[in-house]
Amino acid sequence: MKSLLPITTVVLAVLAIWYVAAATLNADLQRDAYANAGRTDYSTAELIVDSLNMERPKLPGPHQVASEMVKSIVVISPTSKRSLVYHGLITLEETLIGFAIGAALGIGLAVVIVSVRWLDRSLTPWLIASQTVPIIALAPMIVVILNQFDITGVAPKAAIAAYLSFFPITVGMVKGLRAPDPLQLDLMRTYSASQSQTFLKLRAPMSAPYFFASMKIGAAAALVGAIVAEVTKSEDGGLGARLLAGSYYGQTVQIWAALFAAAALSAVLVGIVGLVGRIAEHRMGFVR
Amino acid sequence: MIDRRLADLVPPFLLGLVFLAAWELVVRAANVPAIILPAPSAIAARFVVSVPTLAADFWQTIKGVLAGYVLGCGSGLVVAILVDRSDFLRRGLLPFGNLVSALPIVGIAPIMVMWFGFDWPSKAAVVVVMTFFPMLVNTVAGLESASSMERDLMKTYAATDWQTLTALRLPAALPFVFNALKVNTTLAMIGAIVAEFFGTPIVGMGFRISTEVGHLGIDMVWATILVAALTGSAFYGLVAAIERRVTFWHASFRRREA
Repeated sequence: MKSLLPITTVVLAVLAIWYVAAATLNADLQRDAYANAGRTDYSTAELIVDSLNMERPKLPGPHQVASEMVKSIVVISPTSKRSLVYHGLITLEETLIGFAIGAALGIGLAVVIVSVRWLDRSLTPWLIASQTVPIIALAPMIVVILNQFDITGVAPKAAIAAYLSFFPITVGMVKGLRAPDPLQLDLMRTYSASQSQTFLKLRAPMSAPYFFASMKIGAAAALVGAIVAEVTKSEDGGLGARLLAGSYYGQTVQIWAALFAAAALSAVLVGIVGLVGRIAEHRMGFVR
Repeated sequence: MIDRRLADLVPPFLLGLVFLAAWELVVRAANVPAIILPAPSAIAARFVVSVPTLAADFWQTIKGVLAGYVLGCGSGLVVAILVDRSDFLRRGLLPFGNLVSALPIVGIAPIMVMWFGFDWPSKAAVVVVMTFFPMLVNTVAGLESASSMERDLMKTYAATDWQTLTALRLPAALPFVFNALKVNTTLAMIGAIVAEFFGTPIVGMGFRISTEVGHLGIDMVWATILVAALTGSAFYGLVAAIERRVTFWHASFRRREA
Protein backbone atom coordinates (compact mmCIF):
# COMPACT_ATOMS: atom_id res chain seq x y z
CA MET A 1 0.00 0.00 0.00
CA LYS A 2 3.00 2.29 -0.04
CA SER A 3 2.17 2.97 -3.68
CA LEU A 4 -1.07 4.68 -2.66
CA LEU A 5 0.43 8.14 -2.22
CA PRO A 6 2.35 8.17 -5.51
CA ILE A 7 -0.68 6.89 -7.43
CA THR A 8 -2.98 9.47 -5.85
CA THR A 9 -0.46 12.18 -6.69
CA VAL A 10 -0.28 11.08 -10.31
CA VAL A 11 -4.07 10.92 -10.62
CA LEU A 12 -4.42 14.40 -9.12
CA ALA A 13 -1.72 15.70 -11.45
CA VAL A 14 -3.53 14.20 -14.45
CA LEU A 15 -6.77 15.87 -13.34
CA ALA A 16 -4.98 19.21 -12.90
CA ILE A 17 -3.37 18.98 -16.35
CA TRP A 18 -6.75 18.03 -17.80
CA TYR A 19 -8.42 21.13 -16.30
CA VAL A 20 -5.67 23.42 -17.57
CA ALA A 21 -5.82 21.83 -21.02
CA ALA A 22 -9.62 22.04 -21.13
CA ALA A 23 -9.61 25.71 -20.18
CA THR A 24 -6.89 26.54 -22.73
CA LEU A 25 -8.45 24.55 -25.56
CA ASN A 26 -11.95 25.88 -25.00
CA ALA A 27 -11.05 29.50 -24.33
CA ASP A 28 -11.06 30.43 -28.02
CA LEU A 29 -14.45 28.84 -28.57
CA GLN A 30 -15.84 30.61 -25.54
CA ARG A 31 -14.40 33.96 -26.73
CA ASP A 32 -16.21 33.43 -30.02
CA ALA A 33 -19.38 32.63 -28.11
CA TYR A 34 -18.98 35.87 -26.13
CA ALA A 35 -18.35 37.80 -29.35
CA ASN A 36 -21.48 36.32 -30.91
CA ALA A 37 -23.48 37.30 -27.87
CA GLY A 38 -21.98 40.81 -28.11
CA ARG A 39 -20.26 40.60 -24.75
CA THR A 40 -16.87 42.21 -24.20
CA ASP A 41 -16.96 42.85 -20.47
CA TYR A 42 -16.01 39.37 -19.26
CA SER A 43 -13.25 38.80 -16.74
CA THR A 44 -10.58 36.10 -17.02
CA ALA A 45 -12.14 34.11 -14.19
CA GLU A 46 -15.49 34.21 -15.93
CA LEU A 47 -13.88 33.08 -19.16
CA ILE A 48 -12.25 30.10 -17.43
CA VAL A 49 -15.40 29.02 -15.62
CA ASP A 50 -17.51 29.35 -18.75
CA SER A 51 -15.03 27.48 -20.94
CA LEU A 52 -15.14 24.60 -18.49
CA ASN A 53 -18.92 24.40 -18.74
CA MET A 54 -19.60 24.68 -22.45
CA GLU A 55 -22.20 22.49 -24.05
CA ARG A 56 -19.98 21.33 -26.92
CA PRO A 57 -16.44 21.96 -25.75
CA LYS A 58 -13.31 20.86 -27.57
CA LEU A 59 -12.30 19.12 -24.37
CA PRO A 60 -14.91 18.82 -21.62
CA GLY A 61 -13.79 19.28 -18.03
CA PRO A 62 -13.58 16.17 -15.84
CA HIS A 63 -16.64 17.24 -13.86
CA GLN A 64 -18.68 17.49 -17.06
CA VAL A 65 -17.73 13.96 -18.05
CA ALA A 66 -18.45 12.74 -14.53
CA SER A 67 -21.89 14.34 -14.43
CA GLU A 68 -22.70 13.03 -17.92
CA MET A 69 -21.73 9.56 -16.75
CA VAL A 70 -23.85 9.83 -13.64
CA LYS A 71 -26.73 11.07 -15.75
CA SER A 72 -26.48 8.36 -18.41
CA ILE A 73 -25.72 5.50 -16.03
CA VAL A 74 -27.79 6.20 -12.94
CA VAL A 75 -30.52 8.68 -13.84
CA ILE A 76 -31.65 7.50 -17.28
CA SER A 77 -33.36 4.11 -17.14
CA PRO A 78 -31.21 1.25 -18.49
CA THR A 79 -33.77 0.41 -21.16
CA SER A 80 -33.43 3.81 -22.82
CA LYS A 81 -31.15 4.15 -25.83
CA ARG A 82 -29.55 7.14 -24.17
CA SER A 83 -28.36 5.08 -21.25
CA LEU A 84 -24.75 3.99 -21.12
CA VAL A 85 -25.81 0.87 -19.21
CA TYR A 86 -27.90 -0.16 -22.22
CA HIS A 87 -24.99 0.28 -24.61
CA GLY A 88 -22.46 -1.09 -22.15
CA LEU A 89 -24.42 -4.33 -21.75
CA ILE A 90 -24.55 -4.80 -25.52
CA THR A 91 -20.80 -4.34 -25.72
CA LEU A 92 -20.24 -6.60 -22.73
CA GLU A 93 -22.30 -9.39 -24.29
CA GLU A 94 -20.34 -9.25 -27.56
CA THR A 95 -17.07 -9.07 -25.69
CA LEU A 96 -17.79 -12.06 -23.47
CA ILE A 97 -19.03 -14.29 -26.30
CA GLY A 98 -16.11 -13.28 -28.48
CA PHE A 99 -13.65 -13.72 -25.64
CA ALA A 100 -14.95 -17.21 -24.87
CA ILE A 101 -14.63 -18.27 -28.52
CA GLY A 102 -11.24 -16.58 -28.85
CA ALA A 103 -9.93 -18.21 -25.68
CA ALA A 104 -11.09 -21.68 -26.76
CA LEU A 105 -9.58 -21.19 -30.21
CA GLY A 106 -6.38 -19.71 -28.83
CA ILE A 107 -5.81 -22.49 -26.32
CA GLY A 108 -6.70 -25.16 -28.88
CA LEU A 109 -4.21 -23.76 -31.37
CA ALA A 110 -1.53 -23.56 -28.72
CA VAL A 111 -2.08 -27.20 -27.75
CA VAL A 112 -1.85 -28.25 -31.39
CA ILE A 113 1.29 -26.19 -31.99
CA VAL A 114 3.01 -27.60 -28.94
CA SER A 115 2.14 -31.24 -29.66
CA VAL A 116 2.46 -31.43 -33.45
CA ARG A 117 6.03 -30.70 -34.49
CA TRP A 118 5.65 -29.95 -38.20
CA LEU A 119 2.66 -27.68 -37.59
CA ASP A 120 4.76 -25.60 -35.24
CA ARG A 121 7.41 -25.00 -37.89
CA SER A 122 4.96 -24.14 -40.63
CA LEU A 123 2.18 -22.40 -38.69
CA THR A 124 4.04 -20.20 -36.21
CA PRO A 125 5.57 -17.82 -38.77
CA TRP A 126 2.11 -17.20 -40.19
CA LEU A 127 0.66 -16.56 -36.77
CA ILE A 128 3.35 -13.98 -36.16
CA ALA A 129 2.81 -12.48 -39.60
CA SER A 130 -0.93 -12.30 -38.93
CA GLN A 131 -0.13 -10.19 -35.92
CA THR A 132 1.78 -7.61 -37.95
CA VAL A 133 -1.35 -7.18 -40.07
CA PRO A 134 -3.65 -4.47 -38.82
CA ILE A 135 -6.34 -6.99 -37.98
CA ILE A 136 -8.90 -4.39 -37.02
CA ALA A 137 -8.90 -3.24 -40.63
CA LEU A 138 -10.72 -6.47 -41.42
CA ALA A 139 -13.55 -5.68 -39.02
CA PRO A 140 -15.90 -3.86 -41.41
CA MET A 141 -15.50 -6.55 -44.04
CA ILE A 142 -16.14 -9.43 -41.69
CA VAL A 143 -19.34 -7.69 -40.59
CA VAL A 144 -20.44 -7.33 -44.23
CA ILE A 145 -19.52 -10.89 -45.16
CA LEU A 146 -21.39 -12.35 -42.21
CA ASN A 147 -24.29 -10.11 -43.12
CA GLN A 148 -24.49 -11.87 -46.50
CA PHE A 149 -25.13 -15.10 -44.65
CA ASP A 150 -27.89 -13.43 -42.66
CA ILE A 151 -25.72 -13.51 -39.59
CA THR A 152 -26.51 -10.24 -37.88
CA GLY A 153 -26.78 -8.84 -34.41
CA VAL A 154 -24.29 -10.05 -31.86
CA ALA A 155 -22.52 -12.73 -33.92
CA PRO A 156 -20.40 -10.61 -36.32
CA LYS A 157 -19.11 -8.44 -33.52
CA ALA A 158 -18.39 -11.41 -31.30
CA ALA A 159 -16.51 -12.92 -34.25
CA ILE A 160 -14.27 -9.87 -34.47
CA ALA A 161 -13.77 -9.82 -30.72
CA ALA A 162 -12.77 -13.50 -30.94
CA TYR A 163 -10.45 -12.83 -33.86
CA LEU A 164 -8.65 -10.14 -31.95
CA SER A 165 -8.36 -12.04 -28.69
CA PHE A 166 -7.19 -15.44 -29.90
CA PHE A 167 -3.71 -14.43 -30.97
CA PRO A 168 -2.27 -13.13 -27.68
CA ILE A 169 -3.75 -16.20 -25.99
CA THR A 170 -2.12 -18.57 -28.48
CA VAL A 171 1.27 -16.92 -28.12
CA GLY A 172 1.09 -16.85 -24.33
CA MET A 173 -0.10 -20.45 -24.09
CA VAL A 174 2.58 -21.76 -26.45
CA LYS A 175 5.14 -20.10 -24.24
CA GLY A 176 3.42 -21.47 -21.14
CA LEU A 177 3.11 -25.04 -22.40
CA ARG A 178 6.82 -24.93 -23.22
CA ALA A 179 7.67 -23.55 -19.78
CA PRO A 180 8.73 -26.91 -18.22
CA ASP A 181 12.51 -27.21 -18.39
CA PRO A 182 14.27 -30.23 -19.92
CA LEU A 183 14.99 -31.67 -16.47
CA GLN A 184 11.31 -31.90 -15.63
CA LEU A 185 10.49 -33.32 -19.06
CA ASP A 186 13.23 -35.92 -18.58
CA LEU A 187 11.79 -36.84 -15.22
CA MET A 188 8.43 -37.48 -16.86
CA ARG A 189 10.21 -39.64 -19.41
CA THR A 190 11.89 -41.70 -16.69
CA TYR A 191 8.42 -42.28 -15.26
CA SER A 192 7.60 -43.52 -18.80
CA ALA A 193 4.70 -41.10 -18.87
CA SER A 194 2.76 -40.95 -22.09
CA GLN A 195 2.55 -37.73 -24.08
CA SER A 196 -0.93 -36.98 -22.79
CA GLN A 197 0.14 -37.66 -19.21
CA THR A 198 3.10 -35.30 -19.59
CA PHE A 199 0.72 -32.78 -21.00
CA LEU A 200 -1.92 -33.04 -18.27
CA LYS A 201 0.38 -33.41 -15.28
CA LEU A 202 3.29 -31.20 -16.24
CA ARG A 203 2.70 -28.86 -19.17
CA ALA A 204 -0.86 -27.77 -18.42
CA PRO A 205 -0.29 -26.93 -14.74
CA MET A 206 3.01 -25.19 -15.54
CA SER A 207 1.28 -22.93 -18.02
CA ALA A 208 -1.15 -21.44 -15.47
CA PRO A 209 0.68 -18.10 -14.94
CA TYR A 210 1.07 -17.65 -18.70
CA PHE A 211 -2.57 -18.62 -19.12
CA PHE A 212 -3.81 -15.86 -16.86
CA ALA A 213 -1.40 -13.27 -18.24
CA SER A 214 -2.56 -13.96 -21.78
CA MET A 215 -6.23 -14.09 -20.76
CA LYS A 216 -5.85 -10.56 -19.41
CA ILE A 217 -4.50 -9.32 -22.73
CA GLY A 218 -7.12 -11.35 -24.60
CA ALA A 219 -9.99 -9.84 -22.60
CA ALA A 220 -8.79 -6.30 -23.29
CA ALA A 221 -8.32 -7.13 -26.99
CA ALA A 222 -11.81 -8.63 -27.22
CA LEU A 223 -13.31 -5.41 -25.89
CA VAL A 224 -11.39 -3.34 -28.44
CA GLY A 225 -12.63 -5.67 -31.18
CA ALA A 226 -16.25 -5.38 -30.06
CA ILE A 227 -16.05 -1.58 -29.94
CA VAL A 228 -14.45 -1.24 -33.36
CA ALA A 229 -16.99 -3.66 -34.82
CA GLU A 230 -19.79 -1.54 -33.37
CA VAL A 231 -18.41 1.50 -35.12
CA THR A 232 -18.87 -0.24 -38.47
CA LYS A 233 -22.39 -1.41 -37.69
CA SER A 234 -23.67 1.25 -35.40
CA GLU A 235 -27.44 0.75 -35.74
CA ASP A 236 -27.39 -2.06 -33.18
CA GLY A 237 -26.04 0.14 -30.41
CA GLY A 238 -23.11 -0.45 -28.09
CA LEU A 239 -20.36 1.79 -26.77
CA GLY A 240 -18.71 1.99 -30.19
CA ALA A 241 -21.97 3.16 -31.74
CA ARG A 242 -22.18 5.75 -28.98
CA LEU A 243 -18.69 6.98 -29.88
CA LEU A 244 -19.63 7.26 -33.55
CA ALA A 245 -22.91 9.07 -32.82
CA GLY A 246 -21.05 11.47 -30.55
CA SER A 247 -18.50 12.23 -33.24
CA TYR A 248 -21.22 12.78 -35.87
CA TYR A 249 -23.09 15.32 -33.79
CA GLY A 250 -20.09 16.92 -32.10
CA GLN A 251 -21.26 15.76 -28.67
CA THR A 252 -17.83 15.69 -27.08
CA VAL A 253 -19.10 15.12 -23.56
CA GLN A 254 -20.96 12.04 -24.80
CA ILE A 255 -17.82 10.69 -26.50
CA TRP A 256 -15.75 11.07 -23.37
CA ALA A 257 -18.44 9.46 -21.23
CA ALA A 258 -18.60 6.47 -23.60
CA LEU A 259 -14.82 6.31 -23.61
CA PHE A 260 -14.65 6.22 -19.83
CA ALA A 261 -17.40 3.63 -19.69
CA ALA A 262 -15.36 1.47 -22.08
CA ALA A 263 -12.26 2.04 -19.98
CA ALA A 264 -14.12 1.04 -16.82
CA LEU A 265 -15.50 -2.06 -18.52
CA SER A 266 -12.02 -3.04 -19.69
CA ALA A 267 -10.53 -2.41 -16.25
CA VAL A 268 -13.24 -4.52 -14.58
CA LEU A 269 -12.81 -7.41 -17.04
CA VAL A 270 -9.03 -7.42 -16.75
CA GLY A 271 -9.35 -7.00 -12.99
CA ILE A 272 -11.63 -10.03 -12.64
CA VAL A 273 -9.31 -12.20 -14.73
CA GLY A 274 -6.36 -10.95 -12.71
CA LEU A 275 -8.10 -11.69 -9.42
CA VAL A 276 -9.08 -15.23 -10.46
CA GLY A 277 -5.53 -15.68 -11.68
CA ARG A 278 -4.01 -14.54 -8.43
CA ILE A 279 -6.23 -16.86 -6.39
CA ALA A 280 -5.53 -19.81 -8.67
CA GLU A 281 -1.80 -19.18 -8.74
CA HIS A 282 -1.79 -18.93 -4.98
CA ARG A 283 -3.58 -22.26 -4.63
CA MET A 284 -1.27 -23.90 -7.13
CA GLY A 285 1.79 -22.64 -5.29
CA PHE A 286 3.12 -20.32 -7.98
CA VAL A 287 3.41 -17.31 -5.71
CA ARG A 288 7.00 -16.71 -4.80
CA MET B 1 23.87 -19.97 -42.15
CA ILE B 2 21.95 -18.50 -45.06
CA ASP B 3 21.08 -22.02 -46.16
CA ARG B 4 19.71 -22.73 -42.75
CA ARG B 5 17.58 -19.63 -42.80
CA LEU B 6 16.23 -20.50 -46.23
CA ALA B 7 15.46 -24.00 -45.04
CA ASP B 8 13.50 -22.50 -42.16
CA LEU B 9 11.39 -20.60 -44.65
CA VAL B 10 10.31 -23.63 -46.66
CA PRO B 11 7.61 -25.14 -44.39
CA PRO B 12 5.71 -21.90 -43.76
CA PHE B 13 6.02 -21.02 -47.45
CA LEU B 14 4.55 -24.37 -48.44
CA LEU B 15 1.72 -24.02 -45.94
CA GLY B 16 0.97 -20.55 -47.35
CA LEU B 17 0.84 -21.94 -50.88
CA VAL B 18 -1.45 -24.76 -49.82
CA PHE B 19 -3.69 -22.27 -48.09
CA LEU B 20 -3.90 -19.99 -51.13
CA ALA B 21 -4.58 -22.95 -53.44
CA ALA B 22 -7.32 -24.24 -51.14
CA TRP B 23 -8.86 -20.77 -51.04
CA GLU B 24 -8.86 -20.48 -54.83
CA LEU B 25 -10.24 -23.98 -55.20
CA VAL B 26 -13.05 -23.55 -52.69
CA VAL B 27 -14.12 -20.25 -54.23
CA ARG B 28 -14.18 -21.72 -57.75
CA ALA B 29 -15.67 -25.10 -56.89
CA ALA B 30 -18.44 -23.77 -54.67
CA ASN B 31 -19.05 -20.72 -56.89
CA VAL B 32 -18.78 -18.37 -53.94
CA PRO B 33 -20.02 -14.96 -55.11
CA ALA B 34 -17.26 -12.33 -55.27
CA ILE B 35 -19.25 -10.16 -52.87
CA ILE B 36 -18.61 -12.64 -50.09
CA LEU B 37 -15.13 -13.93 -50.80
CA PRO B 38 -13.20 -13.15 -53.97
CA ALA B 39 -10.62 -15.68 -55.16
CA PRO B 40 -6.94 -14.85 -54.63
CA SER B 41 -6.51 -14.50 -58.39
CA ALA B 42 -9.31 -11.94 -58.55
CA ILE B 43 -7.71 -9.99 -55.71
CA ALA B 44 -4.35 -10.08 -57.46
CA ALA B 45 -5.95 -8.82 -60.68
CA ARG B 46 -7.66 -5.97 -58.83
CA PHE B 47 -4.39 -5.16 -57.07
CA VAL B 48 -2.51 -4.83 -60.37
CA VAL B 49 -5.23 -2.69 -61.93
CA SER B 50 -5.52 -0.24 -59.04
CA VAL B 51 -1.88 0.29 -58.12
CA PRO B 52 -2.15 4.14 -58.39
CA THR B 53 -5.11 4.31 -56.00
CA LEU B 54 -3.50 1.91 -53.58
CA ALA B 55 -0.24 3.87 -53.70
CA ALA B 56 -2.05 7.13 -52.93
CA ASP B 57 -3.85 5.48 -50.01
CA PHE B 58 -0.57 4.04 -48.79
CA TRP B 59 1.20 7.41 -48.72
CA GLN B 60 -1.71 9.11 -46.99
CA THR B 61 -1.84 6.51 -44.22
CA ILE B 62 1.90 6.01 -43.84
CA LYS B 63 2.36 9.75 -43.11
CA GLY B 64 0.19 9.45 -40.02
CA VAL B 65 1.73 6.12 -39.02
CA LEU B 66 5.35 7.27 -39.21
CA ALA B 67 4.86 10.72 -37.68
CA GLY B 68 2.86 9.23 -34.82
CA TYR B 69 5.23 6.32 -34.33
CA VAL B 70 8.32 8.52 -34.09
CA LEU B 71 6.65 11.05 -31.78
CA GLY B 72 4.94 8.44 -29.58
CA CYS B 73 7.94 6.15 -29.18
CA GLY B 74 10.34 9.09 -28.79
CA SER B 75 8.31 10.81 -26.09
CA GLY B 76 7.67 7.48 -24.35
CA LEU B 77 11.41 6.86 -24.20
CA VAL B 78 12.22 10.35 -22.91
CA VAL B 79 9.47 10.31 -20.28
CA ALA B 80 10.60 6.85 -19.14
CA ILE B 81 14.16 8.10 -18.62
CA LEU B 82 12.84 11.11 -16.68
CA VAL B 83 10.48 8.96 -14.61
CA ASP B 84 13.33 6.62 -13.82
CA ARG B 85 15.06 9.44 -11.90
CA SER B 86 12.39 9.37 -9.21
CA ASP B 87 11.17 6.34 -7.36
CA PHE B 88 8.03 8.25 -6.36
CA LEU B 89 7.07 9.01 -9.95
CA ARG B 90 7.82 5.47 -11.05
CA ARG B 91 5.56 3.99 -8.42
CA GLY B 92 2.78 6.40 -9.31
CA LEU B 93 3.06 6.32 -13.10
CA LEU B 94 3.63 2.61 -13.71
CA PRO B 95 0.24 1.31 -12.53
CA PHE B 96 -1.32 4.19 -14.42
CA GLY B 97 0.61 3.30 -17.58
CA ASN B 98 -0.31 -0.37 -17.22
CA LEU B 99 -3.97 0.54 -16.83
CA VAL B 100 -3.93 2.80 -19.88
CA SER B 101 -2.19 0.13 -21.97
CA ALA B 102 -5.16 -2.17 -21.35
CA LEU B 103 -7.73 0.44 -22.35
CA PRO B 104 -9.43 0.64 -25.74
CA ILE B 105 -7.38 3.67 -26.80
CA VAL B 106 -8.61 3.51 -30.40
CA GLY B 107 -11.75 5.07 -28.92
CA ILE B 108 -10.02 8.45 -28.82
CA ALA B 109 -9.95 8.46 -32.62
CA PRO B 110 -13.14 10.52 -33.04
CA ILE B 111 -11.86 13.06 -30.53
CA MET B 112 -8.53 13.43 -32.30
CA VAL B 113 -10.29 13.82 -35.65
CA MET B 114 -12.31 16.61 -34.06
CA TRP B 115 -9.20 18.35 -32.67
CA PHE B 116 -6.74 17.98 -35.48
CA GLY B 117 -8.99 17.84 -38.53
CA PHE B 118 -9.53 15.21 -41.19
CA ASP B 119 -6.01 15.04 -42.60
CA TRP B 120 -3.13 12.88 -41.37
CA PRO B 121 -2.15 14.87 -38.23
CA SER B 122 -5.22 13.55 -36.40
CA LYS B 123 -4.17 9.99 -37.30
CA ALA B 124 -0.66 10.71 -36.07
CA ALA B 125 -2.16 11.97 -32.79
CA VAL B 126 -4.05 8.71 -32.25
CA VAL B 127 -0.86 6.77 -33.00
CA VAL B 128 1.11 8.91 -30.53
CA VAL B 129 -1.28 8.08 -27.69
CA MET B 130 -1.41 4.40 -28.63
CA THR B 131 2.36 3.94 -28.83
CA PHE B 132 3.36 6.13 -25.90
CA PHE B 133 2.32 3.88 -23.03
CA PRO B 134 3.77 0.56 -24.20
CA MET B 135 7.05 2.40 -24.76
CA LEU B 136 6.92 4.02 -21.34
CA VAL B 137 6.12 0.82 -19.45
CA ASN B 138 8.67 -1.29 -21.32
CA THR B 139 11.49 1.23 -21.05
CA VAL B 140 10.97 1.74 -17.34
CA ALA B 141 11.05 -2.04 -16.87
CA GLY B 142 14.13 -2.24 -19.08
CA LEU B 143 16.04 0.42 -17.15
CA GLU B 144 15.57 -1.74 -14.06
CA SER B 145 17.01 -4.79 -15.74
CA ALA B 146 20.72 -4.13 -15.20
CA SER B 147 21.81 -6.38 -12.33
CA SER B 148 23.03 -4.97 -9.04
CA MET B 149 26.47 -6.48 -9.70
CA GLU B 150 26.82 -4.44 -12.85
CA ARG B 151 25.58 -1.34 -11.10
CA ASP B 152 28.06 -1.84 -8.30
CA LEU B 153 30.80 -2.12 -10.86
CA MET B 154 29.81 1.25 -12.30
CA LYS B 155 29.92 2.65 -8.79
CA THR B 156 33.46 1.36 -8.23
CA TYR B 157 34.41 3.13 -11.45
CA ALA B 158 33.02 6.29 -9.81
CA ALA B 159 30.72 6.67 -12.81
CA THR B 160 28.24 9.52 -12.68
CA ASP B 161 24.52 8.83 -12.93
CA TRP B 162 24.62 9.97 -16.54
CA GLN B 163 27.51 7.65 -17.36
CA THR B 164 25.77 4.72 -15.68
CA LEU B 165 22.69 5.50 -17.72
CA THR B 166 24.39 5.75 -21.11
CA ALA B 167 27.03 3.05 -20.63
CA LEU B 168 25.06 0.44 -18.69
CA ARG B 169 21.37 0.91 -18.12
CA LEU B 170 20.23 2.18 -21.51
CA PRO B 171 22.05 -0.59 -23.41
CA ALA B 172 20.64 -3.11 -20.94
CA ALA B 173 17.16 -1.69 -21.58
CA LEU B 174 17.47 -2.01 -25.35
CA PRO B 175 15.83 -5.46 -25.64
CA PHE B 176 12.80 -4.09 -23.77
CA VAL B 177 12.79 -0.93 -25.88
CA PHE B 178 12.84 -2.98 -29.07
CA ASN B 179 10.06 -5.15 -27.74
CA ALA B 180 7.92 -2.02 -27.42
CA LEU B 181 9.08 -0.76 -30.81
CA LYS B 182 7.93 -4.02 -32.40
CA VAL B 183 4.56 -4.09 -30.64
CA ASN B 184 4.10 -0.46 -31.58
CA THR B 185 4.52 -1.08 -35.33
CA THR B 186 1.24 -3.01 -35.29
CA LEU B 187 -0.45 -0.57 -32.95
CA ALA B 188 0.56 2.34 -35.17
CA MET B 189 -0.95 0.72 -38.27
CA ILE B 190 -4.14 -0.15 -36.41
CA GLY B 191 -4.45 3.32 -34.89
CA ALA B 192 -4.02 5.13 -38.21
CA ILE B 193 -6.41 2.87 -40.14
CA VAL B 194 -9.15 2.90 -37.49
CA ALA B 195 -8.83 6.67 -37.10
CA GLU B 196 -9.54 6.96 -40.82
CA PHE B 197 -12.90 5.24 -40.27
CA PHE B 198 -13.92 8.36 -38.33
CA GLY B 199 -13.24 10.90 -41.05
CA THR B 200 -10.54 11.52 -43.58
CA PRO B 201 -9.96 13.26 -46.89
CA ILE B 202 -11.02 10.96 -49.72
CA VAL B 203 -7.81 8.95 -49.64
CA GLY B 204 -6.21 6.55 -47.17
CA MET B 205 -6.35 2.83 -46.44
CA GLY B 206 -8.99 3.09 -43.71
CA PHE B 207 -11.11 5.30 -45.95
CA ARG B 208 -10.73 2.88 -48.87
CA ILE B 209 -11.77 -0.09 -46.76
CA SER B 210 -14.85 1.56 -45.29
CA THR B 211 -16.10 3.01 -48.59
CA GLU B 212 -15.42 -0.09 -50.68
CA VAL B 213 -17.26 -2.20 -48.11
CA GLY B 214 -20.16 0.19 -48.66
CA HIS B 215 -19.97 -0.34 -52.46
CA LEU B 216 -19.52 -4.09 -51.97
CA GLY B 217 -16.17 -3.81 -53.78
CA ILE B 218 -14.81 -6.61 -51.65
CA ASP B 219 -11.92 -7.42 -54.00
CA MET B 220 -10.66 -3.85 -53.54
CA VAL B 221 -10.99 -4.24 -49.76
CA TRP B 222 -8.82 -7.35 -49.92
CA ALA B 223 -6.30 -5.58 -52.12
CA THR B 224 -6.09 -2.78 -49.56
CA ILE B 225 -5.73 -5.31 -46.77
CA LEU B 226 -2.93 -6.92 -48.74
CA VAL B 227 -1.18 -3.54 -48.85
CA ALA B 228 -1.76 -3.08 -45.13
CA ALA B 229 -0.44 -6.56 -44.42
CA LEU B 230 2.67 -6.05 -46.54
CA THR B 231 3.27 -2.65 -44.97
CA GLY B 232 2.76 -3.96 -41.46
CA SER B 233 5.05 -6.96 -42.02
CA ALA B 234 7.73 -4.82 -43.68
CA PHE B 235 7.59 -2.27 -40.86
CA TYR B 236 7.87 -5.05 -38.28
CA GLY B 237 10.63 -6.77 -40.22
CA LEU B 238 12.60 -3.55 -40.48
CA VAL B 239 12.45 -2.95 -36.73
CA ALA B 240 13.31 -6.60 -36.05
CA ALA B 241 16.31 -6.36 -38.39
CA ILE B 242 17.55 -3.24 -36.64
CA GLU B 243 17.04 -5.00 -33.33
CA ARG B 244 19.20 -7.91 -34.47
CA ARG B 245 21.93 -5.47 -35.48
CA VAL B 246 21.82 -3.41 -32.31
CA THR B 247 21.19 -6.04 -29.64
CA PHE B 248 23.19 -8.88 -31.20
CA TRP B 249 24.63 -9.62 -27.75
CA HIS B 250 21.28 -10.60 -26.28
CA ALA B 251 20.70 -14.27 -25.36
CA SER B 252 17.74 -14.70 -27.70
CA PHE B 253 19.96 -13.98 -30.73
CA ARG B 254 23.16 -15.58 -29.49
CA ARG B 255 21.60 -18.96 -28.99
CA ARG B 256 20.54 -19.24 -32.60
CA GLU B 257 24.13 -18.92 -33.84
CA ALA B 258 25.42 -21.76 -31.71
